[in-house]
Amino acid sequence: MGRKILLDKVHIPGISTFKVYRDNGGYTTAEKALKTMLPAEITEEVKKSGLRGRGGAGFPTGMKWSFLDTRSNNPRYLVCNADESEPGTFKDRYLIDNIPHLLIEGLIISSFALGANTTFIYVRGEFKPQIGILNRAIREAYENGFLGKNILGTTYSLDIYVQSGAGAYICGEETALLESLEGKRGNPRLKPPFPAVKGLYDCPTVVNNVETLATVVPIISMGGDEYAKIGVGRSTGTKLMSACGHIKNPGVYEIELGLSMEEFLYSNEYCGGIANDKKLKAVIPGGSSVPILPAHLVTLTAQNTSRSISYESLSDGGFQSGSMLGSGGFIVFDEDACIVRNTWNFSRFYHHESCGQCSPCREGTGWLEKVLHRIENGEGRMKDIDLLDSVAKKIEGNTICPLGDAAAWPVNSAIRHFRHEFEFHIEHPDIVKNIKHGSLEKYRTKNTKPRTKNTEITESL
Amino acid sequence: MALGYNIDHKLYQPEGKEVRFTDEVLEKVKKIIARYPEGRQKSALLPVLHIAQEELGGHLSVDVMNYVAQLLNIQPIEVYEVATFYTQYYLEKTGKYVIEVCRTGPCAMCGGEDIADYLERKLNIKTDETTADGLFTLRRVECLGACGYAPVMQINTEFYEFLTQEKIDQTIENLRARANEEKPKDSKWVEKFF
Repeated sequence: MGRKILLDKVHIPGISTFKVYRDNGGYTTAEKALKTMLPAEITEEVKKSGLRGRGGAGFPTGMKWSFLDTRSNNPRYLVCNADESEPGTFKDRYLIDNIPHLLIEGLIISSFALGANTTFIYVRGEFKPQIGILNRAIREAYENGFLGKNILGTTYSLDIYVQSGAGAYICGEETALLESLEGKRGNPRLKPPFPAVKGLYDCPTVVNNVETLATVVPIISMGGDEYAKIGVGRSTGTKLMSACGHIKNPGVYEIELGLSMEEFLYSNEYCGGIANDKKLKAVIPGGSSVPILPAHLVTLTAQNTSRSISYESLSDGGFQSGSMLGSGGFIVFDEDACIVRNTWNFSRFYHHESCGQCSPCREGTGWLEKVLHRIENGEGRMKDIDLLDSVAKKIEGNTICPLGDAAAWPVNSAIRHFRHEFEFHIEHPDIVKNIKHGSLEKYRTKNTKPRTKNTEITESL
Repeated sequence: MALGYNIDHKLYQPEGKEVRFTDEVLEKVKKIIARYPEGRQKSALLPVLHIAQEELGGHLSVDVMNYVAQLLNIQPIEVYEVATFYTQYYLEKTGKYVIEVCRTGPCAMCGGEDIADYLERKLNIKTDETTADGLFTLRRVECLGACGYAPVMQINTEFYEFLTQEKIDQTIENLRARANEEKPKDSKWVEKFF
């Protein structure tokens, strides 16, 4: 049984309400932080914890906080990134559905540490029920004196507002998110200046993921040193993994970093193995943007050592034989899945979601989609494979934001590990044209775990 | 001067209709606008467009966008450029229920494409079309962030998970039966921000 520090209380009925959360020790950490700690002490604990951004990039959170421009006379802002849209990722939705007050408490502590008096939670527009849940939690926190003026009798005041997106993957990129929050199109900004110096309304701003900010609560509660003991090496703490695809138990799991891939994929406590007892073909371990791992590199690294879920182990071997932890969106493919079709699908996604600012991304993603579609439909030519590889490499690193890289990596890695599938498509157009993909009957999982659902969120039309 | 915009070789122009929020909604919209620092009222644009779309006819006509621009004291073009960027804003008339089926990777490999095809056959429309009775519009959208419950769809932002043909039959039947009911107040966008 892995250690749980974020989801340890989700099984308690009514934990999404202030009263039950408070009765179970909720908000005591915020109380402790505001009444007994200095902002700099909190940042110091977060630094000591070794916490790394849970949104995908894995940048050390404490360091990001320390970049905040404190000399400026402008107000400072904390923005919570709840624009969860990376295919394969649905952990933040789960956290907000089940234990919204954990996020609010994390926001109070973090805003205090950063000296922010206004904090925004940017939630993707598709999460309308979650926007309602967050606003209810915020209302309860105001009513109980944890938000508003002079919180708990201290001199600190804080307002939290929920902002909605409206359907744009790119707004998960932090500067695009800030543009969107200012009421504009989600076009990422050139950096530098970084948001820590010039962010929202040109003021110093920190943007952190939902899970990152929720994790601040256990860190301050147990102390940074204690938190750093959980996990392995520089991958400290726990991580929410959202598992989906062809597995028996899709869902969100909290794991201690360093858990072996073998256990996560096959143990009944987690994914439970491949659906319908098929064989494993591949895994994308960190959301659609990270390189795909073929079956033989999933549980073992290229050096034949056991692969575990941590920032270091997953990237072992670089992009040649490794991948990335990313956002923890764990997508599993069984032996019948078609890698070419899936790669085409993801390329279409990136083409659709490219904001259009940089030519390599705007045009390149379109070419990737077109060429992949041609191959997938049995109209490809052998030289298309190298063409794809070359187009992808020309996008990578040549764009303002990482969406270009995210579009290129899945294509490069699919060709690297599954070149034979691309060749098969090109050599056997007659077979390829007649395949029925993603058929419901074929992939219907028989023993799906019921989702732990917050019944109160069911909304009527 | 008639303001309008051109996208995909199609010209969108105002019809000159008088559009206005009810006083109750307007009061709440003003509260949202007041949350942002002075001079930054444009920040309210995305939330207000959600509310406008729901309250003022189900899609963002040029008249509605011009009204929003006037409310926020910004240029109409600033509204058009945002409305055309984000996929949740509909520029054309939609059915009462907008069915959005996820078509991205994890859903697609678990039967999402079948679900959308089945809906096309069942409703006898193609993707992006609306049924003749004006009830349903079908769209295929990118990742809805519910991959573990695939295949999924949302109908006016209510989620339906682990879809099967039977579940769809039942959902469509339920919606047809309830088509004349008013939308419950607490599920409206304007209530979600408080």
